[in-house]
Amino acid sequence: MYQRERERERERDYREEMARSTGKDAQALFHSLRSAYAATPTTLKIIDLYMGFAVFTALIQVVYMAIVGSFPFNSFLSGVLSCVGTAILAVCLRIQVNKDNKEFKDLPPERAFADFVLCNLVLHLVIMNFLG
Amino acid sequence: MARSPLRFLVLILAISICHAAGIFHPISDSHRSAALDLFKPVDGSFASLEEAYEALRTFEVLGIEKTAELSKAICKSVLGTLESSSSTPKDLFHALGVNGILKCSSKEETFEDQTSKTDLHLSDAEGTFRSIKALSQSDGRWRYSSNNPESSTFAAGIALEALSGVVSLASSEIDQFMIGAVKNDIVKLFDSIEKYDDGTFYFDEKLVNMREQQGPLATTSSVVRGLTAFSSVITESLNLPGDKILGIAKFFLGIGIPGDTKNFFDQVDLLACLENNRQVKVNTVLGSHAPPLTVTLVRAFSSSARDNSIIENQELKFDPQDAVYFLDDLPASFDVGEYIFVFKMLVQDSEQQTVYATGTLTQVPIYVTGLIKIENAKIAVLDSDLGSVETQKKLDLAGESTVSVSANHLQKLRLSFQMSTPLGNAFKPHQAFLRLRHETKVEHTFVVGSSGKKFEITLDFLGLVEKFFYLSGRYDIQLTVGDAVMENSLLREIGYVELDLPEPPENASRPPPQPVDPYTRYGPKAEITHIFRAPEKRPPEELSLAFLVLTILPLFGFIIGLLRLGVNLKNFPTSAVPATFAVIFHLGIAAVLLLYVLFWLKLDLFTTLKTLCFLGVFLMVVGHRTLSHLASASAKLKSA
Repeated sequence: MYQRERERERERDYREEMARSTGKDAQALFHSLRSAYAATPTTLKIIDLYMGFAVFTALIQVVYMAIVGSFPFNSFLSGVLSCVGTAILAVCLRIQVNKDNKEFKDLPPERAFADFVLCNLVLHLVIMNFLG
Repeated sequence: MARSPLRFLVLILAISICHAAGIFHPISDSHRSAALDLFKPVDGSFASLEEAYEALRTFEVLGIEKTAELSKAICKSVLGTLESSSSTPKDLFHALGVNGILKCSSKEETFEDQTSKTDLHLSDAEGTFRSIKALSQSDGRWRYSSNNPESSTFAAGIALEALSGVVSLASSEIDQFMIGAVKNDIVKLFDSIEKYDDGTFYFDEKLVNMREQQGPLATTSSVVRGLTAFSSVITESLNLPGDKILGIAKFFLGIGIPGDTKNFFDQVDLLACLENNRQVKVNTVLGSHAPPLTVTLVRAFSSSARDNSIIENQELKFDPQDAVYFLDDLPASFDVGEYIFVFKMLVQDSEQQTVYATGTLTQVPIYVTGLIKIENAKIAVLDSDLGSVETQKKLDLAGESTVSVSANHLQKLRLSFQMSTPLGNAFKPHQAFLRLRHETKVEHTFVVGSSGKKFEITLDFLGLVEKFFYLSGRYDIQLTVGDAVMENSLLREIGYVELDLPEPPENASRPPPQPVDPYTRYGPKAEITHIFRAPEKRPPEELSLAFLVLTILPLFGFIIGLLRLGVNLKNFPTSAVPATFAVIFHLGIAAVLLLYVLFWLKLDLFTTLKTLCFLGVFLMVVGHRTLSHLASASAKLKSA
């Protein structure tokens, strides 16, 4: 009887330790990610920030549609798709500008930026037309 | 009653008032008054010499007097034409024709001057004759000129007139053989004559590709004019088929009174030609007196029984006072009805037989009308089971009285009467109808059957309940009895019947909708209120504005984030030219975005695209400069 209580105690301690270590592991992972991210060049961070901004705007629009209904559906679509589209173009720009990316080694970043600007302008023309 | 049918025959031969096909009226006063209406001079004279010639010839033929001022005005224009040296041959021809009618006084010398100046060179009459003859064709028609391969019957008429003119001016020089050849042509021309079923003959053009298509009227009249002119100049007579000439006369008389001046002139001119050649029938076409004839009624038979002829070979007597032929006594068995009389005319004087052409047998439909006796008319209501008479009333169909009966759906209505001809025979009219009309204007029509002289109709309401649409109430009774030979046809309201029909069951058919008053069709109609699509529910404005603000927030978040990242504008080019380009580049992007906003607000796609083209090209150039400058700068940095 005394043995069983001790076994149970040992199990409890084991579980607590596991939980603590998982929590510690998660925290460690998070910290390592943050530090790694701090090492990225500023340009890439700007692009990431821009992407976050675009996605966040899209989310707000979806929430609005969820509240009031999708009556001018074309407007909703154009709004959401403009945000999503520009986010995608930002992703492309990030890939092309990243110096660690071997594939686009010979592409000058200014050229990638010019493409980004042009594609954005075309996207926004279409979006404006569809906005109604 | 027995002798009254006699005098009706007087009417036919006098002026033929019968409205039957095959009777052709000769020219009468109605023609003359129509001529005066058509050929009205404008401003005291006619527009052209051709019109003047047509009008004067028509007046001359019909015997209408011309006013003195008209004659003077026309004479002046005629003399002017004859004296001037620039008149065309056509004008001269018409002028000479008018002069022949009016006999305007003038100097003789002018005529001789003119004839020497005209194109008719009589020195070579035979040559002229030959050249005109050369234009003829084997089927009797003539060509217009040696250049034109088209031929026409109208041209044949003109050619014959021309040939007769040549012959009349220099008859001794023409070879008789040539004249014989022309006569053969005339015979061939007559082979091409066309006819209608009622015995009229006419000439018409076969081909339709003529520039100026002359109608059958003008064609036939031109041919006959040519024929008469030709026959008047040659010594022996033309043997023309008499029935064809008669057919042509019938064609022209059958036209009645034409409305066009040209047609009128053609008709009258042709009839004058025929008259002068004395080839017409009982009354000559212009209404002058016929020579002594024997007119025989060959046969008369009822149109329904063509084999039994009632009268045969009766000669008609001539009444010199009225200049008509009449039948003296008619057999008493002539009852009312439709008959056909067949006449034959023979010229008594054998000499004149060659001069006149008469028709062979003329058929004339005759309607003998009379008063039909209708008697013994009564209307009765019977009980259907036993057939016994419940009510019976006598009808007076000749008078004005009306009767009223009543019946229910178990009974029958019977109407009966007797009809007979004046001579007592049974008579079957074309129409014998009984019509019942309800108050709501729904009508039902029934045919009254007959057996011999008795006419009877029985309406069994039990079977007619459905046909009457179960409508009870008052029905007006209307009786119609009629026929072409019945002088006392009747269409009368003879009274009304009150009908009591049972209630309609659920699935009974409705009576057909009665015709609406036509004026209500165009009256104002019911107003239509248009139901518009209900607009969608929109969210409240405050909510929308709140979310608008919310949407703008991430932008601020972006800017704040940028600042926290420590963005700087160090890479912005500092030297003048690249800096300008850089500024312009940014301004260009801003301009495009502004254009997009304007596009959303008020512009249309086309203007936007046009402006975008220019801005885009500009932006590309500037951007290229700026970015290449930046690229080269960073490349220098890398290499350095």
